[in-house]
Amino acid sequence: MGEDTNDDVPTPPPHQHPHRGFLPDHNYVTEADIISTVEFNHTGELLATGDKGGRVVIFQREPEGKTEPFSQGEYNVYSTFQSHEPEFDYLKSLEIEEKINKIRWLPQQNAAHFLLSTNDKTIKLWKVSERDKRPEGYNLKDEEGRIKDISTVTSLQVPVLMPMDLMVEVSPRRVFANAHTYHVNSISVNSDCETYLSADDLRINLWHLGITDRSFNIVDIKPANMEDLTEVITAAEFHPFHCNLFVYSSSKGTLRLCDMREQALCDKHSKLFEEPEDPSARSFFSEIISSVSDVKFSHSGRYLLTRDYLTAKVWDLNMENKPLETYQVHDYLRSKLCSLYENDCIFDKFECAWNGSDSVIMTGAYNNFFRMFDRNTKRDVTLEASRESSKPRAVLKPRRVCAAGSKRRKDDISVDSLDFSKKILHTAWHPAENIIAIAATNNLYIFQDKLNSEMH
Amino acid sequence: KLLQTFVKIQISSSTLAYFKTKPVVKQERHSITLSTSKMAGADGDDSLYPIAVLIDELRNEDVQLRLNSIKKLSTIALALGVERTRTELLPFLTDTIYDEDEVLLALAEQLGNFTMLVGGPEYVHCLLPPLESLATVEETVVRDKAVESLRKISQEHSPVDLEVHFEPLVKRLASGDWFTSRTSACGLFSVCYPRVSSTVKAEIRQHFRTLCSDDTPMVRRAAASKLGEFAKVLELDYVKSDIISLFTALASDEQDSVRLLAVEACVSIATLLPQEDLETLVMPTLRQAAEDKSWRVRYMVADKFSELQKAVGPEITKNDLVPAFQNLLKDCEAEVRAAAANKVKEFCENLPEDSREQIIMTHILPCVKELVSDTNQHVKSALASVIMGLSTILGKDNTVEHLLPLFLAQLKDECPEVRLNIISNLDCVNEVIGIRQLSQSLLPAIVELAEDAKWRVRLAIIEYMPLLAGQLGVEFFDEKLNTLCMAWLIDHVYAIREAATCNLMKLVEKFGAEWAQNTIVPKVLGMANDPNYLHRMTTLFCINALSEACGQDITTKQMLPVVLKMSNDQVANVRFNVAKSLQKIGPVLDSNALQSEVKPVLEKLATDTDMDVKYFAQEAITPLALCCGSFSPSARTLVIQLSTKMRLKWWNDGQLAVV
Repeated sequence: MGEDTNDDVPTPPPHQHPHRGFLPDHNYVTEADIISTVEFNHTGELLATGDKGGRVVIFQREPEGKTEPFSQGEYNVYSTFQSHEPEFDYLKSLEIEEKINKIRWLPQQNAAHFLLSTNDKTIKLWKVSERDKRPEGYNLKDEEGRIKDISTVTSLQVPVLMPMDLMVEVSPRRVFANAHTYHVNSISVNSDCETYLSADDLRINLWHLGITDRSFNIVDIKPANMEDLTEVITAAEFHPFHCNLFVYSSSKGTLRLCDMREQALCDKHSKLFEEPEDPSARSFFSEIISSVSDVKFSHSGRYLLTRDYLTAKVWDLNMENKPLETYQVHDYLRSKLCSLYENDCIFDKFECAWNGSDSVIMTGAYNNFFRMFDRNTKRDVTLEASRESSKPRAVLKPRRVCAAGSKRRKDDISVDSLDFSKKILHTAWHPAENIIAIAATNNLYIFQDKLNSEMH
Repeated sequence: KLLQTFVKIQISSSTLAYFKTKPVVKQERHSITLSTSKMAGADGDDSLYPIAVLIDELRNEDVQLRLNSIKKLSTIALALGVERTRTELLPFLTDTIYDEDEVLLALAEQLGNFTMLVGGPEYVHCLLPPLESLATVEETVVRDKAVESLRKISQEHSPVDLEVHFEPLVKRLASGDWFTSRTSACGLFSVCYPRVSSTVKAEIRQHFRTLCSDDTPMVRRAAASKLGEFAKVLELDYVKSDIISLFTALASDEQDSVRLLAVEACVSIATLLPQEDLETLVMPTLRQAAEDKSWRVRYMVADKFSELQKAVGPEITKNDLVPAFQNLLKDCEAEVRAAAANKVKEFCENLPEDSREQIIMTHILPCVKELVSDTNQHVKSALASVIMGLSTILGKDNTVEHLLPLFLAQLKDECPEVRLNIISNLDCVNEVIGIRQLSQSLLPAIVELAEDAKWRVRLAIIEYMPLLAGQLGVEFFDEKLNTLCMAWLIDHVYAIREAATCNLMKLVEKFGAEWAQNTIVPKVLGMANDPNYLHRMTTLFCINALSEACGQDITTKQMLPVVLKMSNDQVANVRFNVAKSLQKIGPVLDSNALQSEVKPVLEKLATDTDMDVKYFAQEAITPLALCCGSFSPSARTLVIQLSTKMRLKWWNDGQLAVV
């Protein structure tokens, strides 16, 4: 970080030191630039990222059929805006970070796009719209704003709209504040398109998208005495099309599916997904590594994907007692949990993602590696998101980490040489195509299926 | 294969991203504040100027100025004339949909009253394009307002224009790409349907049918909420053939939020159909809704129960709704039980008279009894707010035998809201059996509420005191409640003390000055010697409130001496409140006392060392006209008038100084 740490103070875009933009180097990464969430919209045409500086950057996919080869499918910056500012809660003497915890797109309702962004406390609804016309013609002044001589004004002029360069406008539409005592970790829009949920460590609230001064508490796991606290909510999501179902995960490694039809308060779950603990594998770290860091419904609505520290699991909604599939993300770390505990890495919250057809899952790891698992062929691959290793359009080379003690092959990386400061926590998969977005600290990598890109 | 074929297509770091973006530079706010004097001197057409400003401000950076301009749109249109309004102003407005919601809302509203400004009904269709674009914006309030205006101007279309201009617009909206336009279309079918030819009618029905099975829940919701309204304008045959099937489909929609709106439509559809068709066409759906898996749908049924009951008539009510209502009262979700409990009285009232008592006694009352001991306090308090109403329906004997035990149980409920609701509705019971029956239990309940730890509860019971006092009579009040009323005067919460003084005033209005003199005035005045200055101030506040109700005699003889004596209080707050009190009670006093007793005290306070005391004393002197010594009556009036506008200081030598 060095000399540039002062830049933590959020600076409105454009950045004050543009030269650094061209020479990205980890030494220069300021905390504010670290990407904290990535999310495609429902068509995949837009991709939004949020960062620790409270900024949201929206990328738009370039329309196909441009003259330049290989330009199809590229995502270019469409708009950037400051979503959240750092605040101070004077009543509790707490600083409220501007970091964007989650972004969720609303289904498109007219020519404009809408998204929800949240930091620890406040959720905001943003409208992203285009404008290509502007009014021209004043009565009392000319277009430069110089006031006309009144004696020349002899007739009234109505302004006319003239075409202009396309301008993307972002405007705040609603602010949903003051409903969360703890840190918001998830937001999820309901399939009824009029409500959404927001979850913090101990409670889940239900909001109407049009009403900011009222929300309904649907889950509250806060014990009467905080000393009895044994688990916290880590993530929550609505079912993709059953408006009454939502799921939330806990730090104890369990998932609870709730049906809002049954009761107004969903303290009682309808289904509890939990894998019985293997007593032989029990250790000091068992509870920490079993904490679920992310939960995602499959597009089909049938399965749930969860991520804990070492594994990714697929659950069938119809089978509560064990996961359908368990994938080892980086099992070679099992022997290193002690040092990962000491450097706090063990508390990293990795997210996970489904591909469009629910056949492949993806999740991040350390050393800028990310993992993909094909559910049908049971094959898996480790890929690296890095600037140095390959030229644009080059095929990514699978990487392999060799566990301590096993035989090392050429190009293998030993566990000890993994860089734990380079972690891929946030990933997103295009809803229909094989395009993925990977957030690695301050870099956003977008990769595309080769077949797909050559087809065009 | 898939897994290994990912290629890198691009990298972009977030810092880079910011640099690449073009900043949206906000234009500096330019103000059009040419001085009017300059304008007057110019040779241009002066009458154009205000309109020119209004037009220019239509595109001002400041929302407030744009809003003002839009609100004066009729002035602009009038100045432009109908021709230019149609050809220039309306096209500009049609594209203004980028604006802030409040501007768009005002615009949508204005356009509904624009018919004459575009040249009368002949040209009213010119208003359709801007309203059409407003009907597609994402903000619901704006869309709704645009639809409202469209409905309004649809009446001004001739039948021909309606088919040539209006109906195509409805079709365009109904088949729009975005759900916003389709939801707006739902509200327009019913206004054009009655006035178009039968072929167009068939098309409209078809469009409505399509929207009822739209992909997005928002459109289906809009269609469901307009279903009843549309059914009303349809021919009965079509109601039976078309609407019923749509209604059935919406009522079994996969989205809860759609199904619950179908319940509302049920009411209007049921009123349209002849009694003999209800059983086959509506009841299966209604029964299904009352047992829906989702509590929100059942809640809606409970909430609309009285309307449903009226719509389906007495026979179906007896056979179907009574068991359904029983189930709702026993529902597993508290929200549903509370909604049903709220309807108990209305439902019972509307039962057919011949079997009312029998139904209530055998079917409803057992459920009500269970609700009295419900686990949820909202359910209990919902019940408590209506249960007293049952006594008028059931008559004296049943009330004493069956309801009284319930009232008494609720009066002892642990939740204060339940007790309060019972107490606040005592008048219903009073009419039937007299309040004496209850008074034995009432008293402990009131005392407990009066001493509740939550001050809001205490505040609520104080507000019912005058009502209770009226119903219980002066004797009972003196005996049991008077001490409570006095105790509130020394409550540690100011809001309670304040409410208590107000309560005293109402009691005096009810029981009369003589009662006041004997019971409360001595106690109030006794507090003037309290060691706590807050209590001493309460005396003053009470006097302020009571003086008018007690009349001149009591005020002059009993209250005034106490107030005057308190002017020597060591606490400045008490002293300046003396000044304020004197100002307040001054009009009640006779002029003798005013001159001989009040004036010297105020003059003394006006020279107090504390500046607040001084200020309030001076404030009191002027309106009481105590400074009249050297002024003629007219001058006095002048002083009084002046004093309301500015603070005047009165100097001893008779000069006026404006501060």
